[in-house]
Amino acid sequence: MKKKRYPSGVVGAFSQVDAACDAIKEIKQQGYEDYIVYTPVPNVEVAAAVGHKVSPVRRWTLAGGLVGVTTGFAMTLWMSYDYPLVVGGKPLGSVVPYVVIAFELTILFGALATLLAVAYYAWKTFQHGPHEPRFTNDTIGIFVPCPVEGRQAVQDLLLSSGAEEVRVEEV
Amino acid sequence: MATIVQPLQETLPTYNEVTRDVAATLGRPKKGYYVLLGVVLFVLAFGAGALLYQIRMGLGVAGYAPPVLWGVYITTFVFWVGIAHSGTLISAILYLFRSTWRTSVYRTAEAMTVFAVMTAGLFPLIHVGRIWYAYWLFPYPNQRQLWVNFKSPLVWDVFAVSTYFTVSTAFLIVGLIPDLAAIRDVSTGWRKKLYRITALSWQGTDQQWRHYTRAYLYLAALATPLVLSVHSVVSWDFAMSIVPGWHATIFAPYFVAGAIYSGVAMVVTLLVPLRKIFKVERYITTRHFDNLAKLLLLTGLIVGYAYGVEYFMAWYSGNQFERASFWNRAFGEYWWATWTMILCNGVLPIFLFFKKIRRSIPALFVLSLFVNLGMWFERFVIIVVSLSFEYEPYAMGHYTPTWVEWAILLGSFAWFFMWFLLFAKNFPTVSITEVKEITPMPRKRPVQA
Repeated sequence: MKKKRYPSGVVGAFSQVDAACDAIKEIKQQGYEDYIVYTPVPNVEVAAAVGHKVSPVRRWTLAGGLVGVTTGFAMTLWMSYDYPLVVGGKPLGSVVPYVVIAFELTILFGALATLLAVAYYAWKTFQHGPHEPRFTNDTIGIFVPCPVEGRQAVQDLLLSSGAEEVRVEEV
Repeated sequence: MATIVQPLQETLPTYNEVTRDVAATLGRPKKGYYVLLGVVLFVLAFGAGALLYQIRMGLGVAGYAPPVLWGVYITTFVFWVGIAHSGTLISAILYLFRSTWRTSVYRTAEAMTVFAVMTAGLFPLIHVGRIWYAYWLFPYPNQRQLWVNFKSPLVWDVFAVSTYFTVSTAFLIVGLIPDLAAIRDVSTGWRKKLYRITALSWQGTDQQWRHYTRAYLYLAALATPLVLSVHSVVSWDFAMSIVPGWHATIFAPYFVAGAIYSGVAMVVTLLVPLRKIFKVERYITTRHFDNLAKLLLLTGLIVGYAYGVEYFMAWYSGNQFERASFWNRAFGEYWWATWTMILCNGVLPIFLFFKKIRRSIPALFVLSLFVNLGMWFERFVIIVVSLSFEYEPYAMGHYTPTWVEWAILLGSFAWFFMWFLLFAKNFPTVSITEVKEITPMPRKRPVQA
C-alpha cells in the first residue's frame, strides 16, 4: 500500500462557515500551527480566522512589471541604434513610440511573473493532507496533525465548535 | 472574490446544486452537438481549402486592387480583436468593480476572448500572403543584422495582440483551476483523469487560496489597462497614417467602445443557445441579459456618438479631403455598407431603452446578430472605403472581395465556433467557484449587522 505523505491527525467536516472559524481560532489557541483548512471557495471569514499574512505574490507582480518596462525601453532603444534606419525623419531612438512596447511588456512580464509566483508558492506551501472530494464541493474541512495522546482533545474541540463529522486519520 | 449585493436568481442554489448542475453540462454530448460540430468542421475545411488555394496561387486571388491593399482580411482581423474585448471587460473590469452579476457569464465571455484572439491572430498572417515568414514580425537575431521598426504601429500591434492573447489565456486558465478540481471530485472515467491533470493538484487549502486570490486580483488589474490599450493600438494602425477618414484622435476611444460593443453582442449570441442547451437558465437569467443589454446600450450610444463626431469633425475641420471622404462614405459607391453600419450600430441599440426589449431574450438575440453584422461593416467602411477614396482622383479605385476572401471569412467563424464548442463540452462554461461565492454558506449564528 502506498504510504501517505502526511502525519496522522484528526479531520473535521463543517457545513457552517462560522463554526469552522470558531474551530480554527480554538486550534490556534491550543498551539497547533501546521493545520490545513480546505474550503470550496475563498472565504474572507476563514482567511481572517487563519490569519495569514498577505501573499508575497504581489512582489513578483511588481518585479515582473519593472523588468518588463525596463526590457521594453532597453530593447527598442538598443535595437534602433544597432540597426540605424531613419524612418520618417524621426530620431533613431524615439522614446514616445517605444512607450507602447514598454507598456505591453510591463503587462506581459507582470502577468507571467504573477503566474510563476502562484505556481511557486502553491508548490512551496503545499501541505499533504487527507483531502476529500466534498471539500471542493460544499464542505469545509479542517485537518489537525496531532500525536495519539492529543487526538481526543482535538476531536472534542472540533465537535464543540460545530463540526458535523470528526474522524481520526491514521497513516 | 466577489461580494454579495443581491441575489440574481429567484432561489439561490446550494453549493452542491451548483457543482451538480455545472458538471451535468459536461456529460456525454447528444447527437445535435455532433451534427453542429460536423457542420462547423465542414465550413472550416472550406475556409482552409480557400486559404491553401491562396497560398498556392498567391495574393492575386484576393480582390486587392490599388489603392485598396487592405481589405476583408484586415477588416476581419479588427472585427475579431474587437469581439475579444468584452470578455476581459466582463471578467476583469467588472471583477475589480465587484460586480456580482458577472459570475455566471464571465467564463463564457473569457473563453470567447481567447478564441476570438486566436482567430484574429490568423488574419495578419493570411493578409501578408507568405505565412511561413510570420516570424519576421518579431525581433529576433538574424543573419541580415536588422531589427523590426518599433516606430511602426504594425509592430506595436504585434506586441499588443500577442500580449493580450497570453494574458487572457492565463486569466482563463487560472480561473478554471478551482472549478476543474470541483469537477474532478465528482467525475468518473477518462474525464476524472483529464481533470486530475488540468486541476494541477488543487485542493482548496487555505495556503492555496491565499496565493490564488491575490494572483487573480493582480491578473485582473493587469488585464484591465491591457484591454484598453490593445484596441487603442489597433486603432493607431489607422490613425497614425494620413489617410482621410483615419487620421483622427478620436480613434482610440471610438475603437475601444466599438470593440466592447461588438464583444457584448457576441456574448449574447453565444449565451442564448448555451443556457437553453445546457439547461443553465437558473444561473443565466433574464437579469443577466438585462445587464448585458444595458452594456450594449451604453457602448452602442458611445459608438453612435462617435459616428456623429466623425462627420462633424470632417465638416468643421474645413479640410476638403476629409469632407470628401465622409461624403463618399455616405453617398459614394459603398453607401450600402455605411448605412448598414449606421442602422445596426447607431439606430437599433436605441430600442434597448425599452425594458421589455432588454428582457426579451429572442429580441436580444436578433439584435446581437445585427450588431455583429454592423460592427463588421464598420471596420469595412473605415478600412476599404477610406482607402478607395484618398487624395488624388486618378489614384482612387474600387475593391470587390473575391470568393476566396469570403470563404476565409466564413472559415474564421467556423474556427471560432469549433473551439467554443469543444470548450463548452469539456470545461465548465459557468464558473462553479464564483457562483458559489455569491451564495452565502450556511451559518450557525446570523450575520452581525
